Amino acid sequence: MALSHEEIRRYSRHLIMPEVGTAGQEKLKNSSVLMIGAGGLGSPLAMYLAAAGVGRLGIVDFDVVDFSNLQRQILHSTEDVGKPKLESARKRLHGINPNTQIDTYEAKLTSENALDIISKYDIVVDGTDNYATRYLVNDASVLLKKPNVYGSIFRFEGQASVFDAMKGPCYRCLYSTPPPPGLVPSCAEGGVLGILPGVVGTIQATETIKLILGVGHPLIGRLLLFDALKMSFRELNLRKDPQCPICSDHPTITSLIDYNEFCGIRPQAEVEETSDELDALALQKKIERGDAFVLVDVREPNEYSICHLERAKLIPLREVQQRMNELNTADEIVVYCHFGKRSQEAAKELRQAGFKKVKNLKGGIDAWSTLIDAKVPRY
Amino acid sequence: MAVKILIPTPLRHYTGQKDVIELHGSTVREVLDQLVSQHNDLKKHLIGEDGKLRNFVNVYVNEEDIRVLSKEATPVKDGDVLMIVPSIAGGILGTHDWIRI
Repeated sequence: MALSHEEIRRYSRHLIMPEVGTAGQEKLKNSSVLMIGAGGLGSPLAMYLAAAGVGRLGIVDFDVVDFSNLQRQILHSTEDVGKPKLESARKRLHGINPNTQIDTYEAKLTSENALDIISKYDIVVDGTDNYATRYLVNDASVLLKKPNVYGSIFRFEGQASVFDAMKGPCYRCLYSTPPPPGLVPSCAEGGVLGILPGVVGTIQATETIKLILGVGHPLIGRLLLFDALKMSFRELNLRKDPQCPICSDHPTITSLIDYNEFCGIRPQAEVEETSDELDALALQKKIERGDAFVLVDVREPNEYSICHLERAKLIPLREVQQRMNELNTADEIVVYCHFGKRSQEAAKELRQAGFKKVKNLKGGIDAWSTLIDAKVPRY
Repeated sequence: MAVKILIPTPLRHYTGQKDVIELHGSTVREVLDQLVSQHNDLKKHLIGEDGKLRNFVNVYVNEEDIRVLSKEATPVKDGDVLMIVPSIAGGILGTHDWIRI
């Protein structure tokens, strides 16, 4: 497919570079890239790939734009809040480059649809931050022999690599299994510097373009670590695991599996109040009844200052062990955090130390804000 | 001189926010044992119930994965940099959070 006059003008800064040139620009035009997620990593990625002239861009996402996304997900604008991310992504990308065909998949990537969707593209870029999807994308890419451009972020730190099992290791060579739920804080719990996905997503975009052009040294067999606070990059060597369950010579995984089960994610049961936890409605009833109990907020002080529940005592999770003596083992205690995961950990620690009546607020202060009191800001 | 251990952000909660810890030891295991004895809360994140390094935590000595060296018995010397790299991701909160990066 030759370039039109409009395209020649648009891509002139590429065309005059010997590493791209007309041949490279035509490669970009004939290429297709599938992005999983139109969030923090997907935003700069999609915008740069469209601007660079990638011919066809597929986006898988089923989320709607939330106010808390705008701090880093630059594909979406304030006016897009409440609308599907695919809608704002399409609008923004079309504005950047109407020559790029945008295919949207308003669905969750699953073991049922992954092979079908991924097989239609040359390269997959993983912009999700979820173990189930990450292993699914990895396994599907290995089975389909497609390169998978990986990025991951946490607070101030990012990782990037290119997993291409035909030429180097895959994600399972790096980590054969995910941590059990609860051992690693998630992005929503840990927070993230808004610019960080900008840096990591742009690295992913750079690697994608290099793979299409076939220039330079891709991040195959290397893990790039970025620390925004120190403004430092480090590089680690990654090796193909000869025992890898999917990309070694004798794989034990030859088709997609149930990734939720693999990652220990169980559907949550509808409980109002049990001996271990209660939901926001049950907590409200408890307050209205005037039940005697101690409310403990286990988030960080900076989160506490954004919002907290009335009468809540602040003991951050990391201080629970040292400050248990401030609580009475005989009292009924309700612990809460942002979404209910750190407080689950705190409840466990308290129970192990002999506290008998500890309950976790399901969904944390976020659920309280959503279900009970909208005056409590969500963040 | 000692072995320098770089602590990644997700684990700094358990080291009093320290990002670099210097310890002495002749193997990776010796250094890690010292690390978790000084920072007890770190132990469950690094070492499994079987006493071995957890498989979602990788350890590198000077940019090289200890799994291709001599695993936990890999020798270390003064000036070496030992890096702990756990897998990072979210989405364990349920189906709703899986894409909220």
